[in-house]
Amino acid sequence: MAGQELIEQDIHEQQLTRVVVAACSPHLHEKTFRGVCERSGMNPYLSEMASIREHVAWVHTDKVAATAKAKAIVSGTVERVLKNDPLEAIRVPIDAQTLVVGGGIAGIQAALEVAEAGYDVYLIEREASLGGHMAQFDKTFPTLDCAACILTPKMASAGAHPKVHLFTWSEVEKVEGFVGNYTVTVKKKPRYVDEDICTGCGICVEKCPVLVVDDKFEAGIGYRKAIYWPFAQAVPNLPVLDTETCTYYIGGKGGCRACEKFCPTVPNSIKFDQKEERVTLKVGNIILATGWDLFNARRIPQYGYGRLANVFTNLELERMCNAAGPTGGKVVLRDGQTAPKRVGIVHCVGSRDRNYNRHCSAICCMQSLKTAHLVKERTGAEVYNFYIDIRTPGKEYDEFYQRVLDDGVHFVRGKVAEISDIPFDPAEASRNGAGTLYIQVEDTLAGMQRRIPVDMVVLAAGLEPRRDSSEVGKTFGIACSSNGWFIEKHAKMDPIATMTEGVFVAGCAGGPKDIPASVSQGSAAAARVLNYIRQGELALEPVRASVLEERCSGCRICNGLCPFNAISFIEERKVTEINAALCQGCGTCVAACPAGAIQGTGFSNEQLFAQIEGLLRDVNRSHEPEVV
Amino acid sequence: MSATPGDNRLNLCIQCGSCGGSCPSGAEMDHTPRRLFALIRADAREAVLRSNAPWYCVSCYYCTVRCPQEIHITDVMYTLKSMAIKAGLFHDAALPGFSETFVDYVEKYGRSFELGLATRFNLRHHPLSLAGMAPLGLGMLKRGRMDLTPHRIDGMAQLTAILDKAKALEGGLQ
Amino acid sequence: MQRNARPYLDSLLAIREDIDLELQEIEDWNCCGATEYMSVHRVAAHALVGRNLALARDQARDTDLLTAGCSACYLNLAKTDAQMREDAGLKDTVNQALAAGGLEYEPGAMKVRHLLDLVCHDIGYDAVKARVVKPLHGLKVAAYYGCQVVRPDYDSRWDSHEHPTAMDKLLAALGAEPVEWSLKTQCCGGHMSVIGPDVAFGLIRRLIHGAQEAGADLVVTLCPMCQLNLDAYQVEMNKHFHTDYQVPVLYFTQLMGLAFGKKPKDLGIGKEFVDAAPALAKIQAEAPKVAEAKRKRRPKPGDALPMPGME
Repeated sequence: MAGQELIEQDIHEQQLTRVVVAACSPHLHEKTFRGVCERSGMNPYLSEMASIREHVAWVHTDKVAATAKAKAIVSGTVERVLKNDPLEAIRVPIDAQTLVVGGGIAGIQAALEVAEAGYDVYLIEREASLGGHMAQFDKTFPTLDCAACILTPKMASAGAHPKVHLFTWSEVEKVEGFVGNYTVTVKKKPRYVDEDICTGCGICVEKCPVLVVDDKFEAGIGYRKAIYWPFAQAVPNLPVLDTETCTYYIGGKGGCRACEKFCPTVPNSIKFDQKEERVTLKVGNIILATGWDLFNARRIPQYGYGRLANVFTNLELERMCNAAGPTGGKVVLRDGQTAPKRVGIVHCVGSRDRNYNRHCSAICCMQSLKTAHLVKERTGAEVYNFYIDIRTPGKEYDEFYQRVLDDGVHFVRGKVAEISDIPFDPAEASRNGAGTLYIQVEDTLAGMQRRIPVDMVVLAAGLEPRRDSSEVGKTFGIACSSNGWFIEKHAKMDPIATMTEGVFVAGCAGGPKDIPASVSQGSAAAARVLNYIRQGELALEPVRASVLEERCSGCRICNGLCPFNAISFIEERKVTEINAALCQGCGTCVAACPAGAIQGTGFSNEQLFAQIEGLLRDVNRSHEPEVV
Repeated sequence: MSATPGDNRLNLCIQCGSCGGSCPSGAEMDHTPRRLFALIRADAREAVLRSNAPWYCVSCYYCTVRCPQEIHITDVMYTLKSMAIKAGLFHDAALPGFSETFVDYVEKYGRSFELGLATRFNLRHHPLSLAGMAPLGLGMLKRGRMDLTPHRIDGMAQLTAILDKAKALEGGLQ
Repeated sequence: MQRNARPYLDSLLAIREDIDLELQEIEDWNCCGATEYMSVHRVAAHALVGRNLALARDQARDTDLLTAGCSACYLNLAKTDAQMREDAGLKDTVNQALAAGGLEYEPGAMKVRHLLDLVCHDIGYDAVKARVVKPLHGLKVAAYYGCQVVRPDYDSRWDSHEHPTAMDKLLAALGAEPVEWSLKTQCCGGHMSVIGPDVAFGLIRRLIHGAQEAGADLVVTLCPMCQLNLDAYQVEMNKHFHTDYQVPVLYFTQLMGLAFGKKPKDLGIGKEFVDAAPALAKIQAEAPKVAEAKRKRRPKPGDALPMPGME
């Protein structure tokens, strides 16, 4: 008979009023066993889990001592459960509108799925257009279909969908409320272009006399105007004006105004006095698809990025390979003309390295193989890939590796030590000519140091969490791991949800992922949200903290401590209040309150003292004097 | 090995070769540091201790700061050298010879002594090159940049006592 | 410093008052063991350095700063101090050994700093600049840091292990023009100049050639070993390869002295193997004019791609 049935049977036969399950931590299976109790007619909160797996079996080697500890934990839990009160779940309604933060491929996918089901979605994007990093890519591995060809239709659908409400050039500033009932403040940055009037004709961009390096979309190898389109297929099809480079703003609002002068719309679309706006949205669920930042390759000075002209990043190469990019798809050196004859591609730049990031960025092996293939195809150059391990675990990925091997690309197993513009000796110099870059590496399979002369180096810079991920995490009440990626509720069994109900994570915000995985997660997050919406209301854990107002001195010590922003201070009454729906029952405030004014349901002093008594019962006994 | 700071990190080595690639004398080494670590794992004690690699180490610490696993490679090289001396296993006596000559001077005088060091080392190991290096030594003398006699520190007895005690303790450790 | 690095010592003594640096020599110091002692006896090597640390702590008047001008001395002092701090067992063993000589050292008691670190980070570029009376205008210099001052850098004193900028900024404060070059922290050959000259000659040629290619009139160093290898062995290297490189190698303290208006002779200039006089003759009275940046124009197809900045 299965364990659950055994418990059910015992509850019935022995008329049990309390249940303790000594097994794993409540994290995963508390719900399961509470369900058993509920099915048997008990109040589910009269059961408890004693964690003897995480707290004992997994962490001790001394079996005798571990067994004693397990007994103590069970005994403590038994004492505690006796003091448990029957509780009722808190039921909250779910607002059917959804917020999606991040307009890259994961966010677009999530938004479209929810919208297709017939519910309203607010899609917030920090940049001026949807698209994210995928819009910058040229081809996608392993099939080599053009990124724009498969992304643009999705962007366009999201832009045109009546249920998707787009906020580009916008950021979420504040999130209040709780699952089903979030109030979100969105800051709309001024575009200085009227969204309602502008037809996207582009005359303003054409007439703007200011040319600056585009270090966002073109990754620094192309130019844009001071008023510009984020890129050709931008959604929405609206330009944006950059006040930091616009002559009119630099000159303290004087001069130029060419964009305004030539704008053909009536009234004029250029709005120099446009102000920041704030919009308040009511949503039930939030999907975070905030993506990643590229590792700053300058942090590894021995690779020469920023110092040696012909050292490029993988993102620069993506733009260079793109037919709509700054070189019209030609792979050339920094001089803009010369096709390289020898190209080195360096894997694991800033990844798998304790000096920078410990994680594997997951996509760079395949991206580098793709780059090798494209460079070979376009220039006929000798291409060298420098790798520690080739990781190709996706569908058709290793087959692509085989194809690149067959292309005649060279593979050197070794982490590149340094890249130098200076030859070792005159013989090396005359062999390789001026302008050669030398990649110094140990060819670990040959067991020798090699210096491989190349014209161009491509650094496969890794994926990093967004630089502001910890602040963003705080805004949404979720946590980042020590390396900065958002933490999921359960790494394997619940990789989309977070510890905050109603906040989900999709795509690279939770860790490096390729496009198929990001798209899947976007869909998965949408499915979770739709599930909540269809339920209409949600039962929440009644394990909550509450304030005994008569005891609260208004000291506000607890106010800043709540990781879920559930605590607020009522000025009129000078007391603190806890929002039961936001509170996750973590107990931080309960422990911090100097007046003992905060009670944790399920964590009353009575319960805790009883548990301690139980834990220490055997210890007390063994310390009693022995009678000889 | 266990006495080397950070030596226990050797089992973290992922054989990437950033050490062997970074080494200024890597091209001259019979085994790169990476290969030495693989040999250590394979229990190839003699091959490891006979290697010229630790002796060619110039203590530039490139390998140490670049190692993605933060292995203290330069310190491991020091340990391998002292182990090789103790085991009497090195393929070219000239390599430990320089270190030992240096140590001798320090232990006799408390200071190093370039003229003695260079001549004694070269006399013993490269007698033919001595004549070639003479102009350099002469140049140093002429410029007042080298002593003809070694300088002995006052606290020689104290230093000897300290070093003897340290070596006794070190013996106890190994 | 008293012998092979006499010019380093002389120039340091000549400028110390200008930069308000009060120096006190550790009486009866012993050799730090360079990179050799550690290769033979590990614990005794730390005890050897421990004696210097203990003497410094006992003799120091109103300071806990311990400075060294030599890379190896600096590194060994910093290393023993750091490893004694990290490893209680080592601290105990070293102190047992020191006790045999009536000494004791509490790790962390002295703050070990290289001379360049003190000049750049404590005294500061502004204070140095304020003392300049004869700016080194027109002199192109290659700042050479070598290995052991910037690596492994136990106490995070430098901005980079690979491409530090402290000395470049110092030399710029003196009015000289530091050149951008890739070999700032490459090895000078260390002890290979004695035990395996062929390896060392290769490394020395690369450094000297690299500095010359970068347009430097001279190389500026912060370590007697580096100076010896690049200067004295440059002559040997020329013989070995039948070349005729003539790139002088001076200490940063010598250039500070020149900019502070000291006489070259008092700075030990003239004791180098490769004569620095022709390079120093390039020093101009006026600051060279910087060409004005060209106006931006529209890029055409085939124009150079923009270069990524360093930030």
